[in-house]
Amino acid sequence: MIALPLPKADVLIRRDAVHAGLRVLLPEGCVITDPTRLKPYETDGLSAYRQMPLAVVLPETTEQVAAVLRFCHENGVRVVPRGAGTSLSGGALPLADAVVIGMMRMNQVIEVNYRDRYAVVRAGVTNLGITGAVEAEGFFYAPDPSSQLACMIGGNIGMNSGGAHCLKYGVTANNVLGVRLVTIEGEILELGGTHLDTAGYDWLGIVIGSEGQLGIATEITVRILRAPEGTRAMLAAFEGNEVAGACVAAIIGSGIIPVALEFMDRPAIHACEAFAHAGYPLDAEAMLIIEVEGSVAEQDWLLGQIKEICAGFNPISLKVSQSAEESAAIWKGRKGAFGAIGRISPDYLCMDGVIPTSTLPMVLRRIGEMSVQYGLQVANIFHAGDGNLHPLIMFDANDPASMHKAEAFGAEILCLCVEVGGCLTGEHGVGVENAI
Amino acid sequence: MQTNFSPAQLADPDIAVADKILRSCVHCGLCTATCPTFVTVGDEDDSPRGRIYLIKDMLETGAAASAPVAFHLDRCLSCLACMTTCPSGVDYMHLIDYARVRVEATYARPAHDKAVRALLAAILPYPARLRAVLRGAGLGRLVRRLTHDRGSFGQRLHAMLDLAPAVRIPRGSTERPGVFPALGVRRARVALLAGCAQQVLDPGIHDATIGLLTRMGVEVVVAKGAGCCGALTHHLGKHAAALGFARANVAAWTREIGADGLDAVVTDTSGCGTTLKDYGFLLRDTPEAADAARIAALAVDISELLVRLEYRPSRAPVPQIVIAYHAACSLQHGQRVTGAPKTLLRRAGFTVAEPRDSHLCCGSAGTYNILQPEIAGQLRARKLATIAPLRPHAIVGGNIGCLTQLAGAGIPTIHTVALLDWMAGGPRPAKLPSDAEIAASQPIPDLGLAPENAQS
Repeated sequence: MIALPLPKADVLIRRDAVHAGLRVLLPEGCVITDPTRLKPYETDGLSAYRQMPLAVVLPETTEQVAAVLRFCHENGVRVVPRGAGTSLSGGALPLADAVVIGMMRMNQVIEVNYRDRYAVVRAGVTNLGITGAVEAEGFFYAPDPSSQLACMIGGNIGMNSGGAHCLKYGVTANNVLGVRLVTIEGEILELGGTHLDTAGYDWLGIVIGSEGQLGIATEITVRILRAPEGTRAMLAAFEGNEVAGACVAAIIGSGIIPVALEFMDRPAIHACEAFAHAGYPLDAEAMLIIEVEGSVAEQDWLLGQIKEICAGFNPISLKVSQSAEESAAIWKGRKGAFGAIGRISPDYLCMDGVIPTSTLPMVLRRIGEMSVQYGLQVANIFHAGDGNLHPLIMFDANDPASMHKAEAFGAEILCLCVEVGGCLTGEHGVGVENAI
Repeated sequence: MQTNFSPAQLADPDIAVADKILRSCVHCGLCTATCPTFVTVGDEDDSPRGRIYLIKDMLETGAAASAPVAFHLDRCLSCLACMTTCPSGVDYMHLIDYARVRVEATYARPAHDKAVRALLAAILPYPARLRAVLRGAGLGRLVRRLTHDRGSFGQRLHAMLDLAPAVRIPRGSTERPGVFPALGVRRARVALLAGCAQQVLDPGIHDATIGLLTRMGVEVVVAKGAGCCGALTHHLGKHAAALGFARANVAAWTREIGADGLDAVVTDTSGCGTTLKDYGFLLRDTPEAADAARIAALAVDISELLVRLEYRPSRAPVPQIVIAYHAACSLQHGQRVTGAPKTLLRRAGFTVAEPRDSHLCCGSAGTYNILQPEIAGQLRARKLATIAPLRPHAIVGGNIGCLTQLAGAGIPTIHTVALLDWMAGGPRPAKLPSDAEIAASQPIPDLGLAPENAQS
């Protein structure tokens, strides 16, 4: 188990005074101190790690966030920002002496400008909520983490979140134009603007992905893009992980950039099919979801090229989606993949390593061998196109030995990622999971 | 998710079931996004995942339910949107149902809260009692004007009075048992759940169901001894009362199966349908378990039955009647019936539009709008705001609770079956605007599109 920083004894002693101080700053109902009510805040999407916080505050304005941060800074109290609490790396895991600042009440879209293609939203707007606000006009917000239904844009900033479609459109850092940031001292800063490339230092580049260490983003200006003319997804089924991995490397190597290129292995295919009924190939050992977009002619040409490459790897089947409903089901399965693992295992650790795409077949083979060695099942679901792996190690948290093995297994996978020239986090952030 | 129950705790079959449900949750948090209370209140404690955690803690410690636990579980609508969203298939319904029973058994509610709940449980499931109370509601409205009680009890009293119909309603045809024979050749024989509150609040709904089904060659039985489905008391955590209703219904319909057979047990109140379909689970530890499972398997929503019977309209459609289809949570989430009502309404010639965020509850949720008037009011306003841009001639849905909740906003609320019955030879729903009014109204061209930027 990861050792968290020791709580400051002097803060724990002042618990009541801190609670009272926060109550003065915020309206009624925005400060939670009752232990029963704090309990659900002790963890996030990485539920094997838990820690009760000192308090939870639910501010409704930037000024309230600033007031809380100023107060905590002056009183030497740590803070942990929290969005929807979907982090898979323990990004919102509290500390015993920390105040959790929950941003979910700041869930308003402030401004949408279609002419200049940007939207200004508060930190608690969900990722999909941004697209929801602009899709009627034919626009969308590109980065799409699998938790996009629930995860909030503030957390996306913290973790520089990616997603299936980042292969083409880039990650959060490539799609955020400006932020209103409250520093740890409680100062309110405006960084960036409403267009790419503002003058001077690239402050946004430092802030995005800093996991709340530099401040809390309360208002975010994001780039919105015109939705493509059309999209089509294709399912390619293979006899093994390695051959599917080799196919990914070949597609990327050919210079084609599909809008998404996703990998799922057998356990993942079965779990997701049970949830989404998307027509996934249940006879396959591995499957790729390949999506292209553009005009019909463009889609046809790209799919033709991709099919030709796939044919070189003995595919079991190649199936192109015939309708928008079918495509939606394909993505429903992929986006719900982590949760769907709950159907086959009570707990999982989701790793987030990045590797050069050419090493995919070898790394997948090694993960398979480790799975046998540790005696723990692993499901591979990941953004293959950019080499961002998400092996899900299945374990039983009610069995301490199993949990121990899962952590060791995970660590070995990440070591392997580094060994082959990659790194130990892609888009989920360091959190506490990767901190030690 | 990790749980911490002792072997002794797990020997309790209810705890064993709860443990299995809790373990299937991976705490991913997707459910928070489609939970009406989380999006309204913005607190993890008012989200499905937060409530699961509160329940887990309550059950693990084995302690009596605390006031905060009761507070947050009471605020759950049991709309089950979380179950539609959940990729892990967490059986939230049975978890919260059991937790409500625990709260009811171990938490000492404040006297006024206890009184309101007891009152609801004593009146709503019994049509005769409800009718008597509603007759008094006119007087109540007068009292209301004279009172300015803004306390919790007062608010809830006002909420109840607001929901009572303003006109006196005649006794419906289903308040006594009976058989409504098929017209022409009999194709099927079904039991209709006469239920409780609906037949008092709007007896026309059952009349439409019976009229339509008998014309389609279906014999409809209102079985002797059947009554409220038990959902109302079930959701109040009053387990024994709920079981009593369920057992009576199972016995009544099992007798009907023995007498002349039943092809289905049909309900035109989707809130009840969710519970009927769950009778197998509800009565799993009783001697009637097998019968209950058989009844649950026979239970269908009227829209499912009409699709099965290949409903066809006989009347020429009135052009340009635009209806906003309101998906009741009990139908869309509880029973996963999403396509049938819309398919039927379109087949009957109506233009069907759906509001944005149709997965979100309107705030009705059984007795929720009485017990939690504040959140219910916010959800009602939100729902009406998404319906308004569709400029419909009527709001149409399959659950009396929603129809009552959304009434009074200037758009008539009509049950799906009433419209379907009309187009197949039944009477025109009285609440529908006249042909002249419909012809004079201008429908908007881009039906069903979301209102601009209405994110919150």
